[in-house]
Amino acid sequence: MTTTRVPDSAAEQEAVAAALSDRARAERRLGWWLAGPAFVVMLLVTAYPIVQAFYDSLFQFRLTDPDAREFNWLGNYWVVLTDSVWWQAVGVTVLITAITVAVEAVLGFALALVMHRALRTLRPVLRTAILVPYAIITVVSAFAWFYAFDISTGFVNSWFDWLPGIGADTNWFGEFSTSVTVIIASEIWKTTPFISLLLLAGLAQVPEDLQEAAKVDGATWWQRMYKVTIPNMKAAIMVALLFRTLDAFRIFDNVFIMTQGSNNTEVVSFLAYRQTISRLEIGLGSAVSVLLFLCVVLISFTFIKLFKVDLASARGER
Amino acid sequence: MMDERDLPTREKVLWWIAGVVVIVYALFPVVWIVALSFKTPSDLGSKRFWPTSWVWENYDNILAGDAQELFLSALRNSIGISLIATFISVVLATFAAYAIARLDFPGKRVILTTALAVAIFPVISIVTPLFNLWRNIGLYDTWPGLIIPYLSLTLPISIWTLSAFFRQIPWELEQAAQVDGATTWQAFRKVIVPLAAPGVFTTAIISFFIAWNDFVYGISLTSTERARPVPAALAFFTGASQFEDPAGSIAAAAVIVTIPVVVLVLLFQRRIVSGLTQGAVKG
Repeated sequence: MTTTRVPDSAAEQEAVAAALSDRARAERRLGWWLAGPAFVVMLLVTAYPIVQAFYDSLFQFRLTDPDAREFNWLGNYWVVLTDSVWWQAVGVTVLITAITVAVEAVLGFALALVMHRALRTLRPVLRTAILVPYAIITVVSAFAWFYAFDISTGFVNSWFDWLPGIGADTNWFGEFSTSVTVIIASEIWKTTPFISLLLLAGLAQVPEDLQEAAKVDGATWWQRMYKVTIPNMKAAIMVALLFRTLDAFRIFDNVFIMTQGSNNTEVVSFLAYRQTISRLEIGLGSAVSVLLFLCVVLISFTFIKLFKVDLASARGER
Repeated sequence: MMDERDLPTREKVLWWIAGVVVIVYALFPVVWIVALSFKTPSDLGSKRFWPTSWVWENYDNILAGDAQELFLSALRNSIGISLIATFISVVLATFAAYAIARLDFPGKRVILTTALAVAIFPVISIVTPLFNLWRNIGLYDTWPGLIIPYLSLTLPISIWTLSAFFRQIPWELEQAAQVDGATTWQAFRKVIVPLAAPGVFTTAIISFFIAWNDFVYGISLTSTERARPVPAALAFFTGASQFEDPAGSIAAAAVIVTIPVVVLVLLFQRRIVSGLTQGAVKG
């Protein structure tokens, strides 16, 4: 420490104050020395690229024809926003996000309840099992679901051929509705554990005596759920929903593996990938990337303003 | 928590059933990909869940056969890149989280909010500019070309998780050490590091998972076996011959890259759960 000055007499108030502010300044400096590198790296790997993306998006620029690079203001945005391909991708992304998050909220809550209330012998097994989908590579999960439903390798058709609409020749990846169903199912399987673990942590914070009091007062299970449990874990629910919404909105892996965007299943992330990497349209791809970024910002703001998600308290930071 | 011995048998049975349903839910697709990986090429189209006969053929193909180069180099890339990215982010995050949990300095909130913003950043928005930049400066299709963007995935969650862990450390011990004459740095190194090690370790595991799982960067910023990680390589698999369905080889490769992750989960289940949830929900 740099504070070597120790007040020799209590009367020297000024010296004390100086020493304290010296100490505070040293602490402040140490704080930035320790946290600064992480902070700078975070900015370098995200803020810089998005600024670069915005800059690139103002040019008409295709890598295969670099000499024709030309500044065209917001022309790329105009091209993207007036193209039905973009709106189709947004529509599919919103559809997938809405369904997965809604189903996961309910399913994740049910899983959390089972883990919370499960018999003691079963609880550690459950917690381990539930981590498996979370820990598995998304691409692996996508392949598992793809091959399960695929017309030539899958077992789903022969297992469920007694259901109306499913037969030995049902081609799940042949049309939009069925492709999206499988994509959503795989996404839900993979990410519900995350939501359920967050909700489980929230459940553990609901005061047990409140539950008991409600029970003594004759509240039914549903009443206790709606009046005691859910209001008391609102912060955890909201944080879980926000994270999952943003995560679902960037869906890429499942679509890439299962359909490559065929049958109109292209999502926004995949559109950006296709423009940039496959078509080498840096300008257009950057415009899509910036728009996707703006969507994510918009969703976050909506959650924070509309649902009053308190991320600071959720992080344990006041 | 009510005492479960008081539960009526009927309710007990219900909880058992619910538990078993959860386990089946969690493991079913994993068991399926394992079953798939042991099928012969002709068995792939059998439309049955289990193989008619269990064979190691697919594992042979990716570990010693035609797909060997593709898979083993991808495995090497994945392990190396993920480990380095994890190491860098855990080191940076350890210092940052210590400062956040322990020191009083302006900008703490800014750092945590930045971490949050980076964590929700759409990955593909980073890919587009990096793709062009990496090509220009020669980082395209190299290890550093993936390690750097991986930090955008691993660093924020490391900072969060570690800050949450560090808040629970009994800091009086550090003060005691300082009273005994240790400097802030010594107190950090001698007293806090041993206490913080479990949290750091858990953070490393979570961070490794995330790097290991990446597909967007892997598929966009590599083009050859020089740097392509496993998830991206899986998309390039072919069967033993060009016209053969690669399903068996992909399944076998998937099983191999899944095993270490599952083992880590089994070993450190409790810590991972607390690490994951503490970062997001007030602990």
